[in-house]
Amino acid sequence: MRIGVYVCHCGGNISEVVDVGEVASFAEQQSDVVLVRDYSHMCSEVGQKLILDDIRDNGLDRVVVAACSPQFHEKTFMSTVEKAGLSPYVLEIANIREQCAWPHFDLPDVATEKAKGLVAMSIVKARLDEALAKRTMPIGKRVLVVGGGIAGIQAALDLGDAGFKVYLVEKEPTIGGKMAKLSRTFPTEDCAACILSPKMADVPSNPNIELLTFTEIEDITGYLGNYEVAIVKKPRFVDPAKCTACNKCSEVCPVTVPDEYEEGLTSRKAIYLASPIAVPHSYILDYEACLGLFPLACERCSEACEPGAINYDQKAERETLTVDTIIVATGYDTFDARKKKVYGIGHSNNVITALDMERLIVHGAEGKPIRPMGRRIAFIQCVGSRDEQVGNEHCSRICCMYATKLSQLLKRSDPKRDVYVFYTDLRAYGKGFEEYYKRAQRTGVKFVRGRVAEVNGNSNGQKVTLKVEDTLTRQIIETEFDLVVLSVGLQPSEGSKRIAGILKLGESPDGFLQEAHPKFRPVDTLTDGVFICGCAQGPKDIPDTVAQASAASSRAIRLMNRGQYDIAPVIAFVHEDLCDGCGICVEHCPVGALLPSQIVSVNEAVCSGCGSCIASCPTGALDLHCYTNDQLLEQIRAALAGKREGEARILVFADDQTTYRLADNVGTSKLSYSPDIRIFRVPSGSRIPPRLMLEAFELGADGIFIGESEEKSSPYPHSVSAIKENVSLVREVLKERNIEPERVRYFEFVTVMLGAFVNQMNALAEFARTSGPIPDEDRKVLVEHLANRRHQEAV
Amino acid sequence: MTEKLVISSENEEFLAKISEMSGQVITMCDQCGTCSGSCPMVDEMDITPSQMMRMVQLGQSEVLDTNAMWYCASCFTCTVRCPRGLDLSKVAEALRQVPLRRAKDYIRINDIPKDELARLPQIALVAGMRKFTG
Repeated sequence: MRIGVYVCHCGGNISEVVDVGEVASFAEQQSDVVLVRDYSHMCSEVGQKLILDDIRDNGLDRVVVAACSPQFHEKTFMSTVEKAGLSPYVLEIANIREQCAWPHFDLPDVATEKAKGLVAMSIVKARLDEALAKRTMPIGKRVLVVGGGIAGIQAALDLGDAGFKVYLVEKEPTIGGKMAKLSRTFPTEDCAACILSPKMADVPSNPNIELLTFTEIEDITGYLGNYEVAIVKKPRFVDPAKCTACNKCSEVCPVTVPDEYEEGLTSRKAIYLASPIAVPHSYILDYEACLGLFPLACERCSEACEPGAINYDQKAERETLTVDTIIVATGYDTFDARKKKVYGIGHSNNVITALDMERLIVHGAEGKPIRPMGRRIAFIQCVGSRDEQVGNEHCSRICCMYATKLSQLLKRSDPKRDVYVFYTDLRAYGKGFEEYYKRAQRTGVKFVRGRVAEVNGNSNGQKVTLKVEDTLTRQIIETEFDLVVLSVGLQPSEGSKRIAGILKLGESPDGFLQEAHPKFRPVDTLTDGVFICGCAQGPKDIPDTVAQASAASSRAIRLMNRGQYDIAPVIAFVHEDLCDGCGICVEHCPVGALLPSQIVSVNEAVCSGCGSCIASCPTGALDLHCYTNDQLLEQIRAALAGKREGEARILVFADDQTTYRLADNVGTSKLSYSPDIRIFRVPSGSRIPPRLMLEAFELGADGIFIGESEEKSSPYPHSVSAIKENVSLVREVLKERNIEPERVRYFEFVTVMLGAFVNQMNALAEFARTSGPIPDEDRKVLVEHLANRRHQEAV
Repeated sequence: MTEKLVISSENEEFLAKISEMSGQVITMCDQCGTCSGSCPMVDEMDITPSQMMRMVQLGQSEVLDTNAMWYCASCFTCTVRCPRGLDLSKVAEALRQVPLRRAKDYIRINDIPKDELARLPQIALVAGMRKFTG
């Protein structure tokens, strides 16, 4: 083994505090170190060339750079090492700027000693570095899009146009979703069907899109690049290839049932076209409504069908699709207004939903009004939104604007009408929304600030009375209307819940699907290769939905386009000689990456590299590349060396995303904390199993601190509970030997908690120091105690 | 002339006091007016229940000079309908408690003629003692 160590001056940032010469000569004495240099700017081209030449000329096979935090130049030095023909993973960085020179700027001797310690830790880690190759997994170009509303249509078209194979699965007989039912869209008042139907027609004509309507998803298994999707194609009993949509079957059908597309306001036959703009434009036989297929009861439609498109013997077909990524666009359900009993929907014909009103307006515009509207019309806002009494605390975002739209369409089509909108707060937040609200006011729609308390039917059944406080004048209004429209809110669809169950997707407190990160990964989920868009993720209007659908398809393309994707080297692996196949770890893995067998195996495409499985293994067979058990143990030994008389040495295991960077920020701000702290960079605090903590105590640690990202922003949202469990177990063991359990601590940080970090560090250092040294005879038996506890539990 | 509302730290104290006594997070009220529209006694009140909540939110102890809380019959219609899950009858009770705790009586049991006292239901006496207080 030939290790090269490079100590950076950082143009004085380091060398003005730390004696770099002393650090360099310390490094020279370490075994396997064949070359040590110190240089003013290691990150400069000249500095990098030093490393490059030394690897070639002196045959270095491991490189340690003592410089600034790895968050700044780890990538730089990795590519240097790679250029010289080595694995990029044989590079180690000792962070002697943010962790020595800056926080301990007032104690140069201490900073120098600590720097030596950090360099020693990096050298022992480098010695055990595996020369891992960069790895990739092959991936195809097949996408499943779940849901054929505007979100699913947009995602499918984007992907199809980009040359990806799309399976668009829709459970209804036609695509188009809720948008196909709307009259016009706010705030521009485009005719919804006119702008949507060309897009719908583009779907079947796109050669890359396979449209699967009237199809349900039964199950999805697998992982990124290899999802197996079990689907059921329900029987339509009409062959779309032969059906000419001539309507002759429907004319002769004797059965009449409410039309779902018309919100039940009109009726349809048992054999019918799902909507005038249905895609595929083919009739479908409603098995439930039909007089009977087995045995045949009527057969009139078949007799009327000239092309012979009707096949009564059609059966459900099961199929399995293999796809690489999945886009979930399962939309929303409208709030069931019957749950808000005080508004009387279902009891009075004069109380309808806003979606009913959309259909009434469409039919009115076509010159075929379904029912009279009357002269006085009221809209009630926030029905099923912002209401704890019905369990929906969220704002549905679109109701203010659709009521603004419907109310002014009604007023403009007949200015003699009195149109009122009763609202809680009017939210016109989007582009052109405020102007559109103003237009409604100019049209003469009256907006009254007050949530309607109750709606009562009148004895003659002709009108309804509504009771509300005008909260601006504090007067109670009790007045009659001909028609009351409930602006029903949006809630997670049944389809979303089903898919969330199948794919194990998270849900936010409002029940909508949870994105991986609310700011930076708004359409990703924590399941690799699964994306969400549209109202499945939360209530939103059409442009936001379309934007999100395009974002989701672009995120999917990002993974698939190269034909392969990189796998992070930090993944779990199994020491086969130690694994006895007990399988305890399998259920501990939060992402399901461990596969049970005689010897457990790791699905490398799924493993997220948190390392939390390691704690669950009773035989110590699990391990993590780049942060192996042996490496951590050697680093701990190095970190505990050179303890001064009376010093209490604290080991801090800092998660890479937050705590490690927080420590850097503390250093950058020149905030001091106890120099007895040694910080270890780990992917997650849950990587540190109880056994390793106790081994650290055996080796001489006086305190252990686990720092982790707060749960909601961690890339491993389960890790905090794992850490709690590990820490409490270690505390139990310490208690058995009368060692203060408070010597082990953990904390959930966010990167700006500079003061909290300093306080936590100093508090633990002070506690360990004042508690005094741990007697050697107690230290020696800690791991044994843990083993005994495990044994007793097993018995 | 329109009166100007001055909000000082005394107002915060009044809000804190009523919040504590009622156990309700009164700042959660978003002034939708559901309570007022639902209240069977609102016609008798000189301010509406939502206005009562507003005055408490702004810490206006003048709310004690209104009759709204005295007319609250604790029928809980507002409470079961409040979209923010607030219990207004508890707020009204807290407001009633403020003068009640001054323990100043305007009716004396001893001044009521014996035969009337015998006829009166006890609940009426209790209600009377509470209403004519402070």
